[in-house]
Amino acid sequence: MLFGTVHQMITIYSAKKIITMNPARPIASHVAVKDGMIVGAGSLSELEGFGEFRLDDRFACKVLMPGFVEGHSHAVEGKWWRYVYCGFFDRMDPHGKIWSGLQSIDAVVARLKEQDASLSDPDTPIAGWSVDPIYYPEKRITREDLDRVSKTRPIGIMHASGHIMNVNSRALELAGFLRAGIENGGLPLGDDGIPTGELRGPDVMMPVGQHAGFDSNMLDFDEPGLVDFGKLCIRTGVTTATDLAAKLDDDLVEIGLEVTSRSDFPIRLSAYRFHHGLTPKELLQHVTQLAEKSTDRFRLGRIKIVADGSIQGFTARINPPGYYNGAPNGLWYIAPEQMLEIYEGALKNSIQVHTHTNGDEATDLAIDMLDKALQKVPSKDHRFTIQHGQLINAAQFRRMATLGFCVNHFANHHFYWGDEHYQLTVGPERAERMNPCRTALDHNIPLAIHSDAPITPIDPLFTAWCAVNRLTGSGRVQGEYERITVDEALYAITLGAAYTLQLDHEIGSIEAGKCADFAVLDDDPIEADPAALKDIGIWGTVQDGRIFDASQL
Amino acid sequence: MQASSDTSSLPEPSTHAADQAADQDLAKPSSLPVTIVGGYLGSGKTTLINHVLNNSSGRKYAVLVNDFGELAIDAQLIESKEGDVINLSGGCVCCSYGNDLISALMQLDTSTIDQVVIEASGVALPGAIAGSLSLLSEFKVASVVVLADGSTVKQQSTDRYIADTIDRQLVSADLVLINKTDLLDSLQVEQVKSWLRNSYPSARTVATRHAEYPVGLFLLDHPLNHIDRDTASGNGNSHTTSIYTTFTLEANNNCDVNELAAKLADAEPGLLRVKGFARNLKGQMQLIQIVGKRWTVQPAPSGAKEGLVCIGLSSDKLSSESVSAILGSV
Repeated sequence: MLFGTVHQMITIYSAKKIITMNPARPIASHVAVKDGMIVGAGSLSELEGFGEFRLDDRFACKVLMPGFVEGHSHAVEGKWWRYVYCGFFDRMDPHGKIWSGLQSIDAVVARLKEQDASLSDPDTPIAGWSVDPIYYPEKRITREDLDRVSKTRPIGIMHASGHIMNVNSRALELAGFLRAGIENGGLPLGDDGIPTGELRGPDVMMPVGQHAGFDSNMLDFDEPGLVDFGKLCIRTGVTTATDLAAKLDDDLVEIGLEVTSRSDFPIRLSAYRFHHGLTPKELLQHVTQLAEKSTDRFRLGRIKIVADGSIQGFTARINPPGYYNGAPNGLWYIAPEQMLEIYEGALKNSIQVHTHTNGDEATDLAIDMLDKALQKVPSKDHRFTIQHGQLINAAQFRRMATLGFCVNHFANHHFYWGDEHYQLTVGPERAERMNPCRTALDHNIPLAIHSDAPITPIDPLFTAWCAVNRLTGSGRVQGEYERITVDEALYAITLGAAYTLQLDHEIGSIEAGKCADFAVLDDDPIEADPAALKDIGIWGTVQDGRIFDASQL
Repeated sequence: MQASSDTSSLPEPSTHAADQAADQDLAKPSSLPVTIVGGYLGSGKTTLINHVLNNSSGRKYAVLVNDFGELAIDAQLIESKEGDVINLSGGCVCCSYGNDLISALMQLDTSTIDQVVIEASGVALPGAIAGSLSLLSEFKVASVVVLADGSTVKQQSTDRYIADTIDRQLVSADLVLINKTDLLDSLQVEQVKSWLRNSYPSARTVATRHAEYPVGLFLLDHPLNHIDRDTASGNGNSHTTSIYTTFTLEANNNCDVNELAAKLADAEPGLLRVKGFARNLKGQMQLIQIVGKRWTVQPAPSGAKEGLVCIGLSSDKLSSESVSAILGSV
């Protein structure tokens, strides 16, 4: 060591196998790391040339991949784990506990009763999340079901989709809705003329949910929640994630900057400012200011537009022939002129925009508006990205390819709601081509795939499994044609997603000069049975050269 | 029944039973009236909201807007601004609610407010907002005002992306303001007006420029005694050019007040605004409020005197006789 900056010595990690995602040398046995950067990947003898090093063989029995990149998540998942998990499928919490899926309404009631028993004050509310009654024979949960847990404390459980909530009688009573004479589509009535306790849509969820202990701000992370989100990332091999719809007011930015700067915070988080509540001009101003605060681990200065609603909520904007069950077309959440103004302003100022579209009409709008904006502000390499784009068809991909649009498909959706889409929302033909990853790749559209956590669990290997197998919750293969290969899916959760976040020069592959971000796996996903991709164990991660052992959390 | 007609000047406030009562310290109603201002992007909603904020006439309004973007509040009126809330001198408050209107409503301190005005976003459906409001017992919908850009609304009504949004907005209106008529010639104004009146018969339809529509004609508690003055560029010299006709009807007989209100709301040629008191068949004094085609009846505060202020468009050739005839028919 001479003068000047104190540099760490080179560490060379040996591994059973290193899947680099660098096509020029796809497999390596060793990777050399210095100051959080990859110095090189190759054989030990190749890497020795860099000089003095320390050989670390802790990963000698592990498979290293580039750290996974979750291109569409919401960091608020960490906060939601403070509610009681009531989902149908097994799910891991930030502490590594696997919460078993609840296969019946009785099981939901039993889990809530456990929580009830642990609370001494009989008035304390209980909030639960991720319930999905479509899987139960009854199809619906009623307030009487939840009254079996308690009649004194308000209880609410949010559905997995995030669009519906069930509450007990006490919660209804506190909100003033335990009475006859209510006429509102969001509050279905029982035979007695009194609301059943099902709350459809945010406008009715909010006034009641607050009594059941839900935070009125469903999308903003908080300090302990962000820490817990980081833990989930370690357990699932994620080293870069997104907070894809954030208001990013000063308080939230402060929390984000502080938490991500901690030496033990394990991910790089890219937060996108959503368009709500600001004019296009104000929005562009705000993200420009935010960009100045951006740090390596808290990336700011990008925009998220929400164009329409959701398909299962029948609020997505879809083209003819419309919804399979005849429901009227959905809602716009932005006017076309505003989208155009944001696109133009963003292109002028080199600000990236991700646009949520679920229905194909919303995707048409985004394509039309980007087409117009690019005619006015010709731009190369803007990497505007369609998020979800669940109903995109081949003709739309052909236009997207000419405009430079990327897509990030909601592969997990297929597993959780594919059966519902087949039977109810869009019908068999379109359900089979929802989230069409194969067609996207065939049209040279840069592709990522995502979880939309907390709507579905953050776990890129599971997401890859969904895109490769296209199984629905009931075990049917739905849309065999749209399946992609394991290699393509692994690319989508690393370099593919990094590309859509404009980070592919920093992360997404294991090669000289990039960040030392690794997912540390127990087995080789390329050699594994594609049907078992989701079952590969994850030891933890390395992020910027810092080692995070999931078993030590 | 007697009626007085006045098309050239507005009656003195002292002759208005209705305004007299409204100016008294009314017992706080159990729920706050909410006026929803909707309409597509660029139709003039914010201009209308600006008139409200700059002409509050001592009333305490909570104005909820999607964003502060184009708001033009007189700087002298602003007392403080904190995040999403601007406090104005005189007690008005303005909040931007982003994508969470219901939370913003639930956070309002209703004890300090006379009335709520919601500016819906350009693609929001005012009818859906009204539906959600019906669940919040602290609030009741007073009127749904939808603005239409007279120069573009017909084209918008066939636009590939927004046609159904425009239709769903207009169909929920009690009052449609055709705005930006300064960009049209008189024939075009008449064409748009008759198309809107035929297509959306459940609303009154009025042509305006720069969203100049008197605040008292669409907010329940606003005084009605200077309706020609209380828009931004309105001037006090309109006595001879008033576009509004005002009658005061003395409703001296007991009647079915609900039927009266419904008939007044539906009368053709149309009244834009009715406010005042009449006794029901049991002899109890009731407050009638009509904005556009929406009417409400509720028990009157004590001390109220019979009488109905009726306001319509002079160009509609309203006659006090035809309105009196309605009074006589119930």
